[in-house]
Amino acid sequence: MALKEIDEISGTETTGHEWDGIKELNTPLPRWWLYTFYATIVWAVGYCIAYPAVPLVGEATRGVLGWSSRADLDKTLDAAQAAQAGMIERIAATDVSDIIADAEMERFARSAGASLFKVNCSQCHGSGAAGSIGYPNLNDDEWLWGGAPEAIYTTISHGVRFADDENARFSEMPAFGAGLLEREQIFEVAGYVASLSGMESVYPVTEEGAQLFADNCASCHGTGGTGMQDVGAPPLNNAIALYAENADAIVAQVTAPRHGVMPAWQAKLGDVAVKELAVYVHGLGGGQ
Amino acid sequence: MTKLHGAIILGLGTLLAVLAAGFAADGLFRAHALIVMLALGIATIVMLRQVEFGRAPARPDPSAYMDDPIRAGAILTVFWGVVGFLVGVIAALQLAFPDIFNIQPWFNFGRVRPLHTSAVIFAFGGTALITTSFWVVQRTTRARLWGGALPWFVFWGYQLFIVLAATGYLLGITAGREYAEPEWYVDLWLTLVWVAYLAVFLGTLLMRKEPHIYVANWFYLAFIVTIAMLHVVNNLSLPVSLLGYKSYSAFSGVQDALTQWWYGHNAVGFFLTAGFLGMMYYFLPKQAERPVYSYRLSIIHFWALIFLYIWAGPHHLHYTALPDWAQTLGMVFSIMLWMPSWGGMINGLMTLSGAWDKMRTDPIIRMMVIAVAFYGMSTFEGPVMSIKMVNSLSHYTDWTIGHVHSGALGWVGMISFGAIYFLVPRLWNRTQLYSLRLVNWHFWLATLGIVIYAAVMWVAGITQGLMWREYDDQGFLVYSFAETVQALQPYFVLRALGGALYLAGGVVMAWNIYQTIRGKIRNEKPIAAPLTAGTQPAE
Repeated sequence: MALKEIDEISGTETTGHEWDGIKELNTPLPRWWLYTFYATIVWAVGYCIAYPAVPLVGEATRGVLGWSSRADLDKTLDAAQAAQAGMIERIAATDVSDIIADAEMERFARSAGASLFKVNCSQCHGSGAAGSIGYPNLNDDEWLWGGAPEAIYTTISHGVRFADDENARFSEMPAFGAGLLEREQIFEVAGYVASLSGMESVYPVTEEGAQLFADNCASCHGTGGTGMQDVGAPPLNNAIALYAENADAIVAQVTAPRHGVMPAWQAKLGDVAVKELAVYVHGLGGGQ
Repeated sequence: MTKLHGAIILGLGTLLAVLAAGFAADGLFRAHALIVMLALGIATIVMLRQVEFGRAPARPDPSAYMDDPIRAGAILTVFWGVVGFLVGVIAALQLAFPDIFNIQPWFNFGRVRPLHTSAVIFAFGGTALITTSFWVVQRTTRARLWGGALPWFVFWGYQLFIVLAATGYLLGITAGREYAEPEWYVDLWLTLVWVAYLAVFLGTLLMRKEPHIYVANWFYLAFIVTIAMLHVVNNLSLPVSLLGYKSYSAFSGVQDALTQWWYGHNAVGFFLTAGFLGMMYYFLPKQAERPVYSYRLSIIHFWALIFLYIWAGPHHLHYTALPDWAQTLGMVFSIMLWMPSWGGMINGLMTLSGAWDKMRTDPIIRMMVIAVAFYGMSTFEGPVMSIKMVNSLSHYTDWTIGHVHSGALGWVGMISFGAIYFLVPRLWNRTQLYSLRLVNWHFWLATLGIVIYAAVMWVAGITQGLMWREYDDQGFLVYSFAETVQALQPYFVLRALGGALYLAGGVVMAWNIYQTIRGKIRNEKPIAAPLTAGTQPAE
């Protein structure tokens, strides 16, 4: 074993050992290090006295502060409920139109509705409620099933074409390609429908097309394509389209229509939440 | 044991794999059996070609060091490093642009992510640890690796484990435990390899010609022993069929979660901390040519670290079904761990006193210093994040990802690069590396990559945490999950950029190492001249 030596640069003694040329200085522990280490230990002991820490036979020590995460959660929930005092009950007892008329309730319901919408509705209607092909935009003033507060409330409550709810909104456009109209006739109808909204189209606008529309389509979509909310038939005379964003899509929709489904939310979220959602959706801009 | 014996054993193994494939209970197990068959079959042929019949096998010189596995390990460390970083960049890009590399189902993010974590931790980190520990234990005990051909078994057995783990993830085989995803048969194989590793390491220590055991070996030994315990307990499970891939954990519910995080946290503690501290304690003083700063500090911080780390796992389960007392325990032990962790940083940095001017001339020292600096930073950040108040904001956010990467890229990566740059010229008897300037390039690319990565993830994580808990004045949550993802997208892009820089550094290293092994020396200006001879340490 080598003798202890003094390292020239640090002036510290080595331990006298050497491994593959590596020596070790016998420097004492840095004081700041040691005392900080002690401080963390003292703190740890203190924390263990204050909070639940030591498991015993039946249960763990509860700590002198008596803190527990369950009690802490209850306290937070109670505080949140207290802050909303009475509002939930008031909304439960009030119609949607009357909620909208009351500034305080409206503010609360719109806030709650916005939060509910992000969790439950944004997947289809988009986080800005702007919709997409097959999913209606809720910001504009065109409504498939009505834009009045109670109409929106009914739609959200029972859904659309939702099999599990017998009160769901229901309508079904026939598949005109399945024997009702010839292919050429569908092109003529498409040309006429495109002309209603001024859409560019490769299909010519003909009198036969107008006549076919009057015979087959106007009973639901209205003369001139004004739409009919009672049967959920969208207006065709403006640029807002659920599926038919171009003339070919009109042909596809007339031939074999797609029908969207919306779940019934009353059973899942409860009446208060549906009212809040109705207030929020109504307030998006197009409410009537 | 001769090479013929080895070839016979490998051949039998190949046969067993064929049988396992034939009688497999499911397609995934069969796929794995076929992979084993292929690997062992190739190994059998390679081994047979090396057998020289009719001649007495050459006995290795028992006084010489066994460096062949270390040479193979140095090459594979670099290889796995580049692979792991590449998969990391792919995973990062998938988060930023979900359509990138969208090859279903094999490269689904859910499979790419464990592929990345296992590639960097176990393939890159594990190979680096086994490789360097074989070098360090021989040099600091002046004894040849114990066990004859056993080190070769450890080395290639571990590589087989990596291949089975990685192919398993891509095929869809997973035990669903973070950082312990391999299924039961791969776990059993690793256990066997690990016990052999322990035997080699302990055997070499017992045969040592030095009176004392050097501190690096304490850390390596702690790493080997503790990982064995953690691995076995956490993976206790019951296979559905002896020839099927699926198994079910022996634990359930919160006990299962706690076992998992006892394992998970100590994988960080004993794999990524203790193991790499062992690496630092040898390579840093060697490269700096200075004595270790404090022997006493190394003892105290070693035992404190070993004792305290093992209790800190519950801090991964704050505010869960885990009982309050266990959460308290996890938190206070994490806080007490701060100084023991920093003991390693102090010993690393203070060892450089008297050699600080090497920072100017030696980019390898630069790498080691930045490694120790990041070690210090993440072992401070860890205890801070274990505090419940902080954790309620940071947990489940990208802050955690940033924390892990400042430790993994900064500490584990950089100290391993330093060790590889130290080892390669010595292993192949080269006078120097191909290029020190390329080491410097690697240093800056990697450092810039880490800084971008960590900073971006802090901002992203805190943004995320704050958005999740944002209430409006009526008491309702403001943001949906999708909105937080949208807010984080720019940070995800920047994170991929940070990772790409780090990967670029890895590629530069691979080229440098390749050229060094070929014996090339790049014609280049020296980085900087030493100041004067007088400021150099006495040698």
